[in-house]
Amino acid sequence: MIQMQDVYKVFERKGVTNEALKNINLTVNKGDIFGVIGYSGAGKSTLIRLVNYLERPTKGRVLVDGKPLDLFDTKQLRAMKKNIGMIFQHFNLLESKTVFDNVAIPLVLTKTPKTDIQQRVTELLEFVGLGDKAKSFPNELSGGQKQRVGIARALASNPSILLCDEATSALDPQTTRSILQLLKRINEEYNITIMIITHEMSVIQEICNRVAVMEKGEIIEQGTVLEVFGKPKHPTTKNFVRTVIQDSMQSNMKELIQRQSAQQRHQLDANQQIQIYKLEFVGEHASEPIIHTLYRKYVNVQLNILFANMTEIQSTTLGHMVIQLKGNNEDIQEAVAFLEDKGVTIREVKE
Amino acid sequence: MFSTSITLNQFIVAIQETLVMVGVSLLIGSLIGIPLGILLVVTRPGGVLESKLFYSVLNPIINIVRSLPFIILLVAIIPFTRMLVNTSIGTSAAIVPLTIYIAPYIGRLVENSLLEVKEGILEAAESMGATPFQVIRYFLLPEALGSLILTLTTATIGLIGATAMAGVVGGGGVGDLAISFGYQRFDTFVIVVTCIILVIIVQGVQSLGNYLARKARRN
Ligand SMILES: Nc1ncnc2c1ncn2[C@@H]1O[C@H](COP(=O)(O)OP(=O)(O)OP(=O)(O)O)[C@@H](O)[C@H]1O
Ligand SMILES: [Mg+2]
Repeated sequence: MIQMQDVYKVFERKGVTNEALKNINLTVNKGDIFGVIGYSGAGKSTLIRLVNYLERPTKGRVLVDGKPLDLFDTKQLRAMKKNIGMIFQHFNLLESKTVFDNVAIPLVLTKTPKTDIQQRVTELLEFVGLGDKAKSFPNELSGGQKQRVGIARALASNPSILLCDEATSALDPQTTRSILQLLKRINEEYNITIMIITHEMSVIQEICNRVAVMEKGEIIEQGTVLEVFGKPKHPTTKNFVRTVIQDSMQSNMKELIQRQSAQQRHQLDANQQIQIYKLEFVGEHASEPIIHTLYRKYVNVQLNILFANMTEIQSTTLGHMVIQLKGNNEDIQEAVAFLEDKGVTIREVKE
Repeated sequence: MFSTSITLNQFIVAIQETLVMVGVSLLIGSLIGIPLGILLVVTRPGGVLESKLFYSVLNPIINIVRSLPFIILLVAIIPFTRMLVNTSIGTSAAIVPLTIYIAPYIGRLVENSLLEVKEGILEAAESMGATPFQVIRYFLLPEALGSLILTLTTATIGLIGATAMAGVVGGGGVGDLAISFGYQRFDTFVIVVTCIILVIIVQGVQSLGNYLARKARRN
């Protein structure tokens, strides 16, 4: 649906060059809710603006529906833009026009007959839950309502792609959630492919199925949300993941455990030892009674759960756990092998 | 009470002359100035019809015309005025320099108003695939309407001031009355009355402008 091939974007201003995008390769499939996350200045806005050619790549190619945009003339580009809706962080509504007229604008631009406009706009306002606000002006609306108008306006021309640049960044958490739910409905009911830019991991967690993480103009990691959340590789990605999933103990907790283990070690038998492991499990493994089995089956190993957390992403459960195993070396190794066998990612934590 | 040398009728004629001069030059000046302002905005670097050549020619011309004092302009273009309206004195002769004076001024003010329209609005317009004409028609002008009304109010008041000097070419009007009868013949009564009339007109224009702008801005 959307493809970027070896895209570079360089801004030049008064002799100062700024490489905003470097070597971008990405594919957004039909029906995706594709998230792009990164810190401020990472190049996210520049990236999304390439899709509807508000920004042209310095090098490389952008394809929409398999068609390279660089081959389009002005007229074809305008036609292409009507197939791509866009919503903005600051809504960008016309303050001088009513909600109805704002939503009607894309239709007026295409010279749609008045009766059709009336019907379509009414239908859209109904869909976004603002059926009673047609005659209001934007300055009479809350942020969430303004964004709903923005969404209705973006949908007016019946696009197959919707671009959202920080669409919820100006909204409170609760309003954010309701807007995200609306976007999800749009994706499901109208089968519109959505590309969403954000600096909040919770947005990605809530509705995206695929994600790209950006830093300093580059995509440092991309894949399904589950992959990226489950096994973040890059430190920046880990930082983002940590904002929504607690995957380790807090430091005061850690200290306490270290002290306890040190004490216990003094009392250990000669062949006994204590090991701490970090476990990660995804999907069906998370719901299996693995720990219970471990506890029952390996009676020589003393199991102590130090930390546990479950997160749901894309209706799949992601589990993080820190456990302490006490026993002799062979028994512990056997228990670890059992866990690995069950598909759990396990890593020893060195104090 | 006061001893004065002019009649009520002269006052009424003067007011009519002022209104005609202001009205006609404002109308023609707007017809030239508003497109001028729009052109300045759309052809400037980064505008929807960016044109380095056009902008870099238009911009200094406007600056030059605007830097001429009105009284100089008035005299300097007398040959041009004569060519255009077949006379170089009288009310219609005054309208020509007044128009040339006000058009670039309106152009500049309109430019400023349009530049106030938020970047995001233009971004939205562009994302909808609007043509440059549609950007102007459906986005820039409606969003700037309140500000444009205030702009024209300012221009109108500037024009009223300029008409006082129209006496030089026999344009008449309230200002001329104040200078030629009041000031030059030491008729205090005429000075006081003409000043009161000018204050009322200016106040009226400003209040009307404010009212319309508020309505356009919806608050
Ligand atoms: N029109 C422009 N001219 C020059 N430089 C630009 C332009 N637009 C963006 N940049 C630069 O490109 C880089 C990326 O900007 P971009 O707006 O894409 O970042 P972002 O990830 O969207 O950040 P934010 O979260 O703050 O919106 C920045 O260094 C910015 O200064
Ligand atoms: Mg941005």
